[in-house]
Parts: sequence; C-alpha cells; structure tokens
Amino acid sequence: MTDHARAVGGPLFTGFFRLLALIFGISLLMLAWRFASGIGATSGLSDGYPWGIWIAFDVVTGTALACGGYAVALLCYVFNKGKYHPLVRPAILTSALGYSLAGFAISVDVGRYWGLWKIPVKVNHWNLNSALLEVALCVMAYIVVLWIELSPAFMEKWKEGPDGVLKSLSEIGHPLLNKVLIWIIALGLLLPTMHQSSLGSVMLLAHQKLHALWYSPFLPLMFLVSCLGMGYAVVVFESTLSSRAFGTARETGMLASLSGAMVPILAIFICIRFADVIFRGQLSTALSFGRYSLLFWCEILLFLVPMIMLASKARRASVTVQFNASLLMIGAGILYRFDTYLVAFSPGPGWTYFPSLPEVMITLGILSLEIMLYVFIVKRYPILSGGPTAVSE
Amino acid sequence: MSMDRRDMLKGLATGGALAALAPGVAQARERKELPDGALGMLYDATLCIGCKTCVTACHEANELGPATQDSFGQGLYDAPDRLSSDTKNIIQLFQEDDEQSFVKRQCMHCIDPGCVSACMIGALQKREGGIVTYEIDKCVGCRYCQIACPFNIPKFEWETPTPKIVKCELCNHLIAQGQIPACCDVCPRGAVIFGKTAELLVEAKRRLEESPDKYVPKVYGEHDGGGTQVLYLAGVDFGKLGLPALGEQSSPALSETVQHGIYQGFVAPVVLYAALGAVLWRNRKNLSDEEDTP
Repeated sequence: MTDHARAVGGPLFTGFFRLLALIFGISLLMLAWRFASGIGATSGLSDGYPWGIWIAFDVVTGTALACGGYAVALLCYVFNKGKYHPLVRPAILTSALGYSLAGFAISVDVGRYWGLWKIPVKVNHWNLNSALLEVALCVMAYIVVLWIELSPAFMEKWKEGPDGVLKSLSEIGHPLLNKVLIWIIALGLLLPTMHQSSLGSVMLLAHQKLHALWYSPFLPLMFLVSCLGMGYAVVVFESTLSSRAFGTARETGMLASLSGAMVPILAIFICIRFADVIFRGQLSTALSFGRYSLLFWCEILLFLVPMIMLASKARRASVTVQFNASLLMIGAGILYRFDTYLVAFSPGPGWTYFPSLPEVMITLGILSLEIMLYVFIVKRYPILSGGPTAVSE
Repeated sequence: MSMDRRDMLKGLATGGALAALAPGVAQARERKELPDGALGMLYDATLCIGCKTCVTACHEANELGPATQDSFGQGLYDAPDRLSSDTKNIIQLFQEDDEQSFVKRQCMHCIDPGCVSACMIGALQKREGGIVTYEIDKCVGCRYCQIACPFNIPKFEWETPTPKIVKCELCNHLIAQGQIPACCDVCPRGAVIFGKTAELLVEAKRRLEESPDKYVPKVYGEHDGGGTQVLYLAGVDFGKLGLPALGEQSSPALSETVQHGIYQGFVAPVVLYAALGAVLWRNRKNLSDEEDTP
C-alpha cells in the first residue's frame, strides 16, 4: 500500500460523466429562467414558505454533508490519530466542493444576489443578533480556508509541471503555506463548529411556526453533533464509491475505526434529543403517534440503527456494514435537517410547499456539477491515496 | 489501535471547549420595553364595517397601485383578499355559525421584532417612534424576516427578477410630514385610530371597562409576542381572527439569549481557536506536508 496521494488518471468523459453534464446542462436552462423571471415563476416558494429545498437541501444539508473535512481533521489533528491522514485530502476536497456549491446555491436563492458582497464588507451594518449573518460570514470564510487547505494538492502537481506562473507560484507558496498551516487548519476546525451550530440557531426565530418536537434551545448543539456524524458517514460513503469507481485500494481497516468514531456521536445525539424532548415536557407529543410524532421516531430509528450496526468491532470490519450504516447515518442527518427547516415548519393554515420541477432540476444540476468537479480533480490531481490496486505493492 | 490516554485527555479538553458553547449557561437577555414615544394603532374589530376604504387608501398612500385579483373568472379591481407584495393592509372577514367579525391585518410593529433580529445587515430596523422600517439598499432578499415574523407580515416580490420586501411602515413618510397613516385617516367609523401606543392602551382598557359584554376581555398586543405597538380589541377570540397565541415572550428573547450566550464578547471562539492551535501544535507530526516535503 502506498501512503502517497496521487492522481488516479484515466479518461474524463465516461458515460456517467456525460449523464451528469446533461443534467447540469438542463439545470443551466432552469437557472437562466430563474434569473430572467424571478423566483416565483420557477419555484414552489411562497410568502408562507419562503425557504424550500435550495436552503434546506443545498445549503443546510449540503454543508453538513460537506463536513467530512471537518470531522476527519478533528480526529486526525485534535485527537492525534495520524493514521487517518490518507483520508484528509479526499475529505477536504469533498468539503471544498460542497461548501463552494452551497455558496452558489445561496446566490440562486436570495432575491437580491447582486447585494451579497455587502455582507462581508459592510461591517458597520452587521446585525450581531442574526444567526444567519454568522452562518453567512463563516461559510464565506470557510470556503476560502478549505481551498487553501486543499491547495498543496494542486501545488504539488504544478511544481512538477512546465515553467510558468503556476510553477513559480507553487514554489513560493507551498513552503510559505506549511509555515502557517497549523493556524489555517485550526481555522478550518473553528469555522464549521461556529456555523454548523448556528444553522441550528437560525430556526430558533421560527419559534411558534416550528413544531414543538423540533423547536429547542439545543438546536445549535444538535446540529453540531449531527454534522460530525454526517461528516464521517460521507467519508465512508465516498471512499467506498471512489475505490469502486477508480480501482484504488479501499482503506477498510481505517474506515472501520472511523465508523467506530460514529458510535459515540450517534449516542450523544440520541441522548440530547431525548433529554431535550423530556425536559421540555414534550414526551407526550412524541408518544402521540400523529404525523409529526411518527416523523420524530423515523429520525430516531435512522440514528439508532447505524449506531447498533457499528457498535460491535467485528461487525464494523465488514465493508457492507460500513457502507449501509453510512447511508443510514446520511439519511438520518438529511431527515433531521429537512424536518427542522421544512416539514416541521408551518406558517399557519392556507400555506403549502412542494418543490417545483425547475427547483429540483437546479438542485440536481448543482449536485451533478459537484460530482463532475470531484471526478475531474481526483483524476488530474493527487488527492486519493493507495494508488490503483493493480499497481499497488 | 486504541486511543492512548494522553490523546484522549487532549481531545476531551477540546470537547469541553465545545461544550462551553452550549446554550445552557447563557444568561437570559433583558426583556425589551416599549420605546419612548412609540407610535402605533388601535384597531377595534367591533367598530369595523368592512368597507375596505383603508385598503384602497393604503394602496394610494404607498403608491402600490390597485391590486387586481382573479375572482369568478374575471379580474376584480382593487379587491385583494390577502396581504401580498402589493397589499400592505387588508380587511378580512371571519365567519363561523352566528359569530362574525372583520379583522384588519398589517405590520404589528413589535416591541421586539423577529424580523429585525433576523435581518443580517439591518435592512429592517426599528426607527423613530419604534416603527419597523425597511431599507432596500441593505436587503439581499434572503427572506429570513419572513421565517422570523410570527404574524407572516413581510411579503416578497416573487414575480420579478429584482425583488424586494414589502411591509407596512406605518406610513412613516406621511408621519414625517405631520400627517397620520392613511388607513387611520380615512376610516369612517374610527375603527382604527393612530396615536402613541401607551395612550392607545389606556383607551383600549377604557373601552373594555365601559362595555365588557362587547369584547373578549383582552387587549391583543399588550403582552403578546413580547408586546406590539399595534393593539387590537375584538368581540371574537383573537385566534379565530388569525392573531396567533404567542405567549408573553418574544422569539428573539430566546434566540438572542442562545446566540449571545455562545458569542458573548466573542470570547468562546477566540479561546477555542487558541486551544485548537495549541493542540494542533502538540500533534504537529500529523500535519500533512511535514512528511511529504523533503
């Protein structure tokens, strides 16, 4: 097994890549329509449901799924588990792409996108009471931090490449970056801690519009804990698929202990969730077995089952168990976020929301672009470790 | 394979710093009081006859243009049925069995408004007279104000590529010229009157005392959602008129307590950053490029 990251190479325009390009192409048309005609014409949004899947999926869920970089860096650098190092780069790449495209989704969703530059610039107008301001600033900063963290992968390749601006830039930039890397990585740990919890705080203002099983002063803590679980799950998911797609060696042993790290996180989440529901006197609501109560139990099951699956060391050595548990964990995080931002949100009688076709197409297009960029970068730049199985020692 | 004790302790120390971010320890934020000289309206549903003169007057005063609604297959001129980006003020009818009442809806000008707390760069703010006003130049169109408003008042222009938020600003452009809000100006029955909120509250209580049989014994807005500068009297349950049961605490009271608890003086993030830096320095052998660079 080689420990060094390398480009996996191979042709770019596979059938799968073309399919993604087609979906992205369609979404470009929808985007043109959205920017020409406004949000009302192209979405199911209304004054009652001003936020739909662009926020609930692309931004709130998308950035949580992009927490692989955060979660693995926490384990590798803070918990001093250097063995996870090979997982850092691919995780940071997924994070960088996930966050960048969430940023893009925000500019599609907001009505007056041309004014977005004011948020980081007009410091004197900042409303420090706004959790959303905190999210916006941190996400903007984190996108920059993630690409800096990833830049060695590009600079390593450029240093080997032909003479030119990129080469000289890399030769100066790389050693310089190494000197400050600790503080960049620390920032890469601080920023998601701040904004992933604030994504929970955002919905505190919805108050009476949010169902009592979800409205909780512990929303920020629960969003933070669950994003870590989602981060690990995405790393397992992505490593499994990458090894299949690119024929690289799968770090099954390492992913087993990584999956093990999910167990306490899932347990902590479930404990907080229950303690909160009981403490706020909502246990009877949870046991009422109405629509929302069932949804609550669906969430709990989705968190509980992967925890049980991964609890035994013997069982989590299995690739199938790891992969299935990661899928369930991802599902749990997605459902919890969708419920908090959409399903358990009710502006009162007379309002309904269902995403329109253009809305869904734009979301799928952004997802396709993300996968295309991932495939392109791992094929051309040194991201994945292990090398192709065929040539591994 | 197993985590050694030292690493564990270091990790836990960082975990502790994270836990310090939890809202449990936060001090509750002070309750906001009615600002000095707060202006508002008193709407008495028992006096309203539903003539909707106020709706038309609002359109004119705010240059919103007559709203056309599709009804029975034909456009009804200036007969909107709900608040929207071209209607800041509306009269609606509640009818159930032998109970009926009109209700006027517009911005409540909360004492502690959710929209103001939500707005990232202060496009929505309480200004002169406690009026909640909107500044288009600061708005990015994120619509968090719509999520945060318990009364569903701010409306968004969905049908244009260059949208803005529209809401009642108590005709502050007229107040600046020494006039009063258009709806209060034209009401033929005095069902909605303009004044200082404190004085309107006294008047509302006087009416309650004078004819207790006529009213639900409550001034809606005195305490609801932390209190509002627009007050309501009605003969039917306020919930039926679409005025939600909010309790006496405003939503920003909790959300800002949590947010400020976490970010008090920005101490927690700075401490956490320093702690992370220190831990990373001790674990620096794991840093990516140290082993890669010759």
